[in-house]
Amino acid sequence: MTRRYSAFSLFREGLRGHTGWQPAWRSPQPKRRYDAIIIGGGGQGLATAYYLAKNHGMTNVAVLEKSWIGGGNTGRNTTTIRSNYFYPESVALYDFALKLYEGLSRELNYNIMLSQRGVVTVSHSDAEMEMAARLVNAMQINGTDAELLDRDGVLEKAPLLNASDEARYPIFGGTWQGRAGVARHDAVAWGYARAADAKGIDIIQNCEVTGFIVEDGRCVGVETSLGPIRSDAVGLAVAGHSGVLAAKAGFALPIRSYSLQAMVSEPVKPCLDTVVLYLGTGTYLFQSDKGEIVVGGGLDRVPSYAQRGNPPMQQHVISGMLEMFPAFGQLRMLRQWAGVVDVVPDSSPIIGPSPVPGLYLNCGWGTGGFKSIPAGGWLMAHLIATGEHHDISRPFDLERFATGRLVDEAAGSGIAH
Amino acid sequence: MQLFSCPFCGSRDETEFVFGAEAGKTRPEPAAEVSADTWGRYLHFADNPRGPTREIWQHVTCGEFFLMERDTVSHAVAATVDLRGDKA
Repeated sequence: MTRRYSAFSLFREGLRGHTGWQPAWRSPQPKRRYDAIIIGGGGQGLATAYYLAKNHGMTNVAVLEKSWIGGGNTGRNTTTIRSNYFYPESVALYDFALKLYEGLSRELNYNIMLSQRGVVTVSHSDAEMEMAARLVNAMQINGTDAELLDRDGVLEKAPLLNASDEARYPIFGGTWQGRAGVARHDAVAWGYARAADAKGIDIIQNCEVTGFIVEDGRCVGVETSLGPIRSDAVGLAVAGHSGVLAAKAGFALPIRSYSLQAMVSEPVKPCLDTVVLYLGTGTYLFQSDKGEIVVGGGLDRVPSYAQRGNPPMQQHVISGMLEMFPAFGQLRMLRQWAGVVDVVPDSSPIIGPSPVPGLYLNCGWGTGGFKSIPAGGWLMAHLIATGEHHDISRPFDLERFATGRLVDEAAGSGIAH
Repeated sequence: MQLFSCPFCGSRDETEFVFGAEAGKTRPEPAAEVSADTWGRYLHFADNPRGPTREIWQHVTCGEFFLMERDTVSHAVAATVDLRGDKA
């Protein structure tokens, strides 16, 4: 029976017809009571469960997923990982995630295919270059890697970019974060699930939370499609559906749900070895390991719970791609999809206690949930296990919407989530 | 491409419209007596319903604001009403 993955186990299983591989996680029936329940079997929820076990020794934990794990935004994002943010609070958060990602394949014994191929964000005017320099300086002061590129530097990173004098969005230069990159999104969910399961955590799929059990004003469990499950600590990690579940618990959140779409082309030969974002078009793209060009852009402008995406944004994103890479006009697009993301007014996540004691929040990641999975999980686990904020999560408490101490990254780094 | 019906101009392309806010929010007054919590709630919080919803939209081309009743899952529009109360 093979539990641990290695070159040796692959070789051995090859010799015996691959008959010894075990399911990567069990499918247990839920117990009636746990020490902690995590709602949402995406990356954030699974990572929370893993770090509860690893960092805090809590293994009597269940992850409840209404569908299959990693089938929501974890399986729908464009897999980019970066920490090119402006405010110290944000860099502390996203760079913590990036650092954890850097060691994650080894830690989980699961290849998440992290490829630190760098992100280049292109500026199109002298004024934008000033802002780019400001962002690079801030990132360096905040302790993460950043470089300011001139026009030649950008074209060296991505030679197929539109270098024409006629370009609608001319290349003046840009910012570069070399440690940024992409990873296999499914593998992150599956790796955390497998590692959490190995520590005794129950991952329960097809189990929808339909309500909360509240006694004396305190959340003491959840009602589910598989019956009531009790626990003194319940974590909510459901991204775009945070508002729906918050309403069931009797409170509102500063969140609006939007569709965020992405698409991939047919696979082509290697032609782009970095991630490229244009400030002008809002489109970003990279080439997957399979050769597909993966393309994403901004939010649909209509608040929505439809995992579908509207045509105007597709058109906008594709026209952006053609402006950036005229050669990609020959590509045939293969697939298009959307996820429902939880957008907060200041484009920063909400991590902290909810208005209902015993219920904890990890939401509001908007379009940036995938890159922050290890940090979100780590911080949420800390919160659930200790009842207290970790220093990194404290600025992201829900109370900032009353105090006014927002972490406005849409204004800070110009990143629109 | 979805068509929304402006109560003033009729059916137009969705790209001509911009979402404003959920309907039914009223600014808490008087300012001196409004707590930070209440003000934060007014500024930032939303019911964000999954399913039928009532929202204020603007038709950018004519500049008018109006009420739209629609469904956030199916995107079906039930009604658009100008803010003086007449059905479109």
